[in-house]
Amino acid sequence: MGEERGVTIEHVSFGYGATAVLDDISLDVAKGEFFAFLGPSGSGKTTLLRLIAGFGTPASGRILIGERDVTSLPPWDRNVGMVFQNYALWPHMTVAKNVAFGLERRKLARAEIARKVSDVLDLVDLAPFAERRPAQLSGGQQQRVALARTLVIEPAVLLLDEPLSNLDARLRVEMRSELRRLQRKLGITAIYVTHDQEEANAVADRIAVLDQGRIQQIGAPLDLYDRPANRFVATFLGTANLIEGAIDGDGHFVAGGFVLPGVGGESGSACMSVRPQDVVVGQPGNGIDAEVAEREFLGGHTRYRMQAGEQTIFADVPHRRGAEPHAVGTAVGLMIDAKQVSVLR
Amino acid sequence: MSAPFLALPRHSSLTARFAASPAQIAALAFVALFLIAFLVVPIVRVIFVAFADRDGGFTLVNFRDFLATGLLREAFWNSIYVAAMTVLLASLIAVPLATILARFQFKGAALIHTLGVIPLVMPPFVGAVAMQLIYGRNGAINLLLNDWLGFRIPFMEGLNGVIFVEALHYFPFILLNLSAALANIDSAMEESAQNLGAHGFTLFRRIVFPLALPGYVAGAALVFVKVFDDLATPLLLNVTAMLAPQAYLKITSVGITDPMGYVISVIMILCSLGAMALSALALRGRDFATQQRGGGGLARRTLGRSGNAIAAIFIVLVLLVVLSPHIGIFLLSIGTVWSFAVLPDGYTLAHYATVVREALPLISNTVLYCGLAGLIDIVLGATLAYIVLRTRLPGRKLIEQVAMSAVAMPGLVLGIGLLRTYYDVKLPFSGESLATFWFMLVIAYAVRRLPYALSAATAALQQLHVSLEEAAESLGARKFTTLLRIVVPLMTGGLLAGFVTSFATAAVELSATLLLVTHAPDAPLAYGIYVYMQSAAGRGPGAALGVIAVVVVAIATYLAYRVAEHERGLKSRGVF
Repeated sequence: MGEERGVTIEHVSFGYGATAVLDDISLDVAKGEFFAFLGPSGSGKTTLLRLIAGFGTPASGRILIGERDVTSLPPWDRNVGMVFQNYALWPHMTVAKNVAFGLERRKLARAEIARKVSDVLDLVDLAPFAERRPAQLSGGQQQRVALARTLVIEPAVLLLDEPLSNLDARLRVEMRSELRRLQRKLGITAIYVTHDQEEANAVADRIAVLDQGRIQQIGAPLDLYDRPANRFVATFLGTANLIEGAIDGDGHFVAGGFVLPGVGGESGSACMSVRPQDVVVGQPGNGIDAEVAEREFLGGHTRYRMQAGEQTIFADVPHRRGAEPHAVGTAVGLMIDAKQVSVLR
Repeated sequence: MSAPFLALPRHSSLTARFAASPAQIAALAFVALFLIAFLVVPIVRVIFVAFADRDGGFTLVNFRDFLATGLLREAFWNSIYVAAMTVLLASLIAVPLATILARFQFKGAALIHTLGVIPLVMPPFVGAVAMQLIYGRNGAINLLLNDWLGFRIPFMEGLNGVIFVEALHYFPFILLNLSAALANIDSAMEESAQNLGAHGFTLFRRIVFPLALPGYVAGAALVFVKVFDDLATPLLLNVTAMLAPQAYLKITSVGITDPMGYVISVIMILCSLGAMALSALALRGRDFATQQRGGGGLARRTLGRSGNAIAAIFIVLVLLVVLSPHIGIFLLSIGTVWSFAVLPDGYTLAHYATVVREALPLISNTVLYCGLAGLIDIVLGATLAYIVLRTRLPGRKLIEQVAMSAVAMPGLVLGIGLLRTYYDVKLPFSGESLATFWFMLVIAYAVRRLPYALSAATAALQQLHVSLEEAAESLGARKFTTLLRIVVPLMTGGLLAGFVTSFATAAVELSATLLLVTHAPDAPLAYGIYVYMQSAAGRGPGAALGVIAVVVVAIATYLAYRVAEHERGLKSRGVF
């Protein structure tokens, strides 16, 4: 993504006293890109978002929005739109007043403010609610007010801090495609913070996976899923079987109990990652010998815990009506296609 | 992740700019200066004088004199005795009331709560006069007792009278604190204990009592300190062998230079601080209120018919006693002559006419002084609360503690300190002493009531999520605009509550007032009532003034309560 720059973060570190919260973070977000910071709580993703918004100053490094260095600018001079996790709507103002607030700070003419407010409320389908107070709206509506209030100032970048976490499951799925649609339509650069990999996969063009204040990997959702760079990324995005072993001189992966040919790569100790759905369960004698240790029926598929010698391997088998599951204790053969394997070091 | 970080890295040189704007530093400096000038310096001055000999050197001779004087030793023990017995008597009223209200389904519980708080809105010394007419040697009750049964009970004799009056006035502090603590107990706490086999007295001793204790201790300590400080009640009941009256008499009759007044002041400060420290010690590590959220109080039980009747009789009796000063004052204000009789001889509105004719300036003075004091308090309180919670300026915590320490400073001592410190400072033009200028009263009230306003502002600001301010900032609002458009409007309810508390409690304050008022035209309502009550002929108008004061304060309190409720409703409906 080398084109126009949206947000550039260069070697940013941040901490409280001796505790490092962010450690040497660098990344580029292209203009118009929908970018996500994904990580568990405590990974530093919200802190990084807040540094971009101006709530805190990095101990070292630079933050650029477009070509402008904003590292030491206060929040009010950055023209950055932030949607807060709790929406942060002002309860003493109507929806229209909430939305108009940023425009008033920009000293726009009254008529223009009114026009922009009504336009953006139309955009988020809230025109009839302009004179309501936030407390009179549902969670989803409040969410859209928060979005409208931020979008109306036409920010250089839209920051979203776990914006859907206070909504119920159904509404969350609805809102995230709505967000995606709006972002496309407006062509705005957006950064989305979440701990939910499904959410990140669904909305983002690219994702930065963070853990313990460091970037673990940056890439498109499919890249991250198919080619995780390390153990953390492999297990944080979806489920993965991580098998410790080594690659020998012939490119075979050797672990206690089995050998998988054709993996390739430099020889030496390595970790093999394979998704449960890529483990094919067959008759004993094919592939790796194993025994069914436990099974869970999950609706679309059945997840088996297989014991292959000292290795535990999970395998997902899609469910069809009438299919007989393998009973616990049955001997099976597990087949793994070397092309589906990621080698982690 | 969600922890709001106002915290900025210490090793970043850029942070100083955000953390402390010049405006914030100036605001904190202003609050600090106010407190130094009108709280720290006067109190230190009092302490200094108490330990100084004629040439300004250090000496303990004044304290030796204190100990060598029989009257003062007696005064000291009397003060301790009265304060302790008041706590005891107030507890006997408040604890059963709070328990019954928290534990049982009861019709009219809200009414009882309200009636239980009413005593606070009338200065205790006003009630004292009425109580002499009701409970005194020749008061209504003793006349009836003597007629029917042939004996009298010395309710109002000597120290008994002070204890009785103070307990009826101050028991709401215990009731309110204890009720709040009981309401905070999560009924699941009780239920899980029951589930594990505890019931009856064990349940009370192991679960309910420990959880409610902090509330009780806080209330009891407050009552102790307030009673220790009260000057007007003993004076009005002709009890002078207590510390506060002795200090007052030394300063006003012997003179501002007599060291004994200062020695007594230091001892009063020590006792006050001692009581506060004891309660803090007893409560250390026991602040359960913050650990249990939601609460909802104990599981309510229904009473059987006889239980209901007993509880009802108890409550009615208690309320009758508790409200008797008010009833008495009301009767006195509309009675012609009330002496050696169960009830007044006849009824008239003449006292109110007298008040309107003579005493309107008293009312307007009170509204002016207490209004200004309340205003100063919410400005200082809100400023300090904001700086403490939203900035990392060095020294902010210390200044907050200094402001809060005014709770433990006896009003009388502050009055003496202000008088001594500013007596020689002359005003320009008039040449009047700054200490006796009416605005000094406003300042004394403001200093004394600042802790209330500060607590109210702090609570209001704590409820405001930082993201509400951050949202404004990221939409282009600078700190000051954010303060004006977001923070202040959302704190209105809390600030108003702080204003009314400051106003109402300042309106009934008399300790510092008695020392600082020198010209009758400058006197506030409480002072006027006190002066009226000194003479038999003045009792009617004095009582009428008292009724007016109660009505004014009650209306203000009710309005503030309504506004605060409205605000709370606004915020709680699902925004967060």
